[in-house]
Amino acid sequence: MNGGPTSAQSDASSIAIDVKGLTKSFNGREVVHDLSMQVKRGSIYGFLGPNGSGKTTTIRILCGLLTPDSGEGTCLGYDIRRDADKIKRKVGYMTQRFSLYQDLSVRENLEFVARLYGMPDARGAAADMIARIGLKGREEQLAGELSGGWKQRLALGACTLPNPLLLLLDEPTAGVDPKARRDFWNEIHALAAEGLTVLVSTHYMDEAERCHEIAYIAYGHLLAHGTVDEVIAKSELSTYTVTGEDFNGLMAELTGKPGVDMVAPFGTSLHVSGRDKASLESAIAPYRGNAKWHWQASEPSLEDVFIDLMGRSKDNFQG
Amino acid sequence: MSPTDTIRNGEEKEPAFGFWRRSYAMLVKEFIQLRRDRVSFAMIIIIPVMQLLLFGFAINTTPRHLPTAVLLQEDSDLGRSILKAMENTSYFRFTREVHTVEQLDELLQSGKVLFGVEIPRGFERAVRRGDKPALLVAADATDPVASGTALGTLGALVQSALAHDLHIGDPPEMPFEIRAHARYNPAAESRLNIVPGLVGTILTMTMLIFTALSVTREIERGTMESLLSMPIKPVEVMFGKIIPYVMVGFIQAGLIIGIGVLLFGVPVLGSLTLLGLLTTLFITTNLSIGYTFSTIVQNQLQAMQLSMMFFLPSILLSGFMFPFAGMPVWAQYIGEGLPLTHFIRIVRAIMLKGATMLNLQYDTIALAALMLFAMTIAVTRFRRTLD
Repeated sequence: MNGGPTSAQSDASSIAIDVKGLTKSFNGREVVHDLSMQVKRGSIYGFLGPNGSGKTTTIRILCGLLTPDSGEGTCLGYDIRRDADKIKRKVGYMTQRFSLYQDLSVRENLEFVARLYGMPDARGAAADMIARIGLKGREEQLAGELSGGWKQRLALGACTLPNPLLLLLDEPTAGVDPKARRDFWNEIHALAAEGLTVLVSTHYMDEAERCHEIAYIAYGHLLAHGTVDEVIAKSELSTYTVTGEDFNGLMAELTGKPGVDMVAPFGTSLHVSGRDKASLESAIAPYRGNAKWHWQASEPSLEDVFIDLMGRSKDNFQG
Repeated sequence: MSPTDTIRNGEEKEPAFGFWRRSYAMLVKEFIQLRRDRVSFAMIIIIPVMQLLLFGFAINTTPRHLPTAVLLQEDSDLGRSILKAMENTSYFRFTREVHTVEQLDELLQSGKVLFGVEIPRGFERAVRRGDKPALLVAADATDPVASGTALGTLGALVQSALAHDLHIGDPPEMPFEIRAHARYNPAAESRLNIVPGLVGTILTMTMLIFTALSVTREIERGTMESLLSMPIKPVEVMFGKIIPYVMVGFIQAGLIIGIGVLLFGVPVLGSLTLLGLLTTLFITTNLSIGYTFSTIVQNQLQAMQLSMMFFLPSILLSGFMFPFAGMPVWAQYIGEGLPLTHFIRIVRAIMLKGATMLNLQYDTIALAALMLFAMTIAVTRFRRTLD
């Protein structure tokens, strides 16, 4: 769709976001610590991590809404410190909280955005976008009166309206029903296929698995990144899946045992994981003979990996 | 309480003093919130202290030392004695000496002096001859409160001037008369003075609040985040937020002036176009100041409070309620920094005195300077990031 700025370096034209050593503190509390990341053009990059881990802060630094205390980098080839104005023209930012005007209608909100970006035919552009996001028939409805799913579509429409090269989506699907979530992700993939780069933060594991690449951030530190398979492989986590009945006693007994780092119920099964395979096996050995349960060595799920990373980072950075 | 009520499963009995406990919980919460809101806390102290100081020290309803211009057509002992006697009343303060009637008129029309005293040629000789000549005192009576008391002293003045300075003894009748001319508002009707002043006062209040809330509203509703992520510059945000209200203010001003003219019979002697232009300038100045407030405060409550803080001295020190010339010098300096002071001079001069742009240069420039000052602060204060 868009060719992107004609950059001299071929390197820069294949990388949309390239930042090094970003650090940001608020009132003496470090929210982002020495964060470096690269996002390829045209890819969907998932940004995961617990609440308060620095995801929103990082996204705001990338689009020029916050200035980093230290660190440097480029966004679409523009310096994030000096060229915030140029970045803003090429980046669509969807905020975590709905931030369009609640007291303007769908059409008025979109026309406002189109005019702000100096699009020649603001009315036409808004009308096209209304059709694209499926809000036809609701264009005169006030944005504040839309349901969560429609609000989210409108917000996505507003930030893609000025034809950006990069989308920064901050927890776009929080509080949205599964059907709307699926439609939303289909739209994201369609946009990426057109050449758009998408950085999306999320809490949902299934959404992480829809991304080309993911990064996990906790307490301001980037702990893991790569494709989903790479992240799981790098975790060095061993997991057993237990099926059977009456897990409650087993859970209580296993929790805190040396070698067992994590016990988590998943519906009718139980995931028991440990960082050290040998000590995990010796820990579970006494229970494996019990006929009530069936033990099977399995791949850790992405969630297992993340909960583990979170626990580890807590040990490291929270003392 | 019937036994069935207590038996009903799990329903707990209402704790004792429930009303007071809940009220107390609410009260504690309110105190905590009040303590956290530093600005509100400061207002609790500042507003009453400011009001007390202004009313106590700055406001004077029988103003003295009012600026007066003299036109001496002759240089005589008698003339000087009369002027001395006038100054001794403490109501008049001679600030300017002029040489023509036109200069005197200009000073009165632009509001630079409140009184003009003219001692005509051949005055002393006429007194000695017993011709009973007239000493002319022209007063700017647009504000009857300001000029009234001073004019009232003029009758006794002749006696004292003669007794102490002329050594003529007690003359059986007055050797000359003082002809006081209350200009612009001869019937001393206060509504003629108040209606033009109200134009400025009402506009100050409404315009300030319109824009004072504008930026904080964006922040509180969360729309600022997406606005800042779009390519718009602080000056553009400011103009976009000010211009619609210029029109609102213009309609308001038209409404007040229209009612003033039709219902209260207030004249518009000067040019309506000039009045419209300068009113627009005044509206824009107030909007810029309100907008500046909204870039400083953190929430809408603070914006309202800051507007009140500004509105209060505007009413008290601008000459709207109390005579400007009667205030102590320090209060006059504060007054000069308020747009309402300048606009009240402008609107009274145009409506009641038929003043032209030439008479109003100073106040126009002052308004424009205040506007630019406020806009500069607003643009530099506007935070382009969420840091």
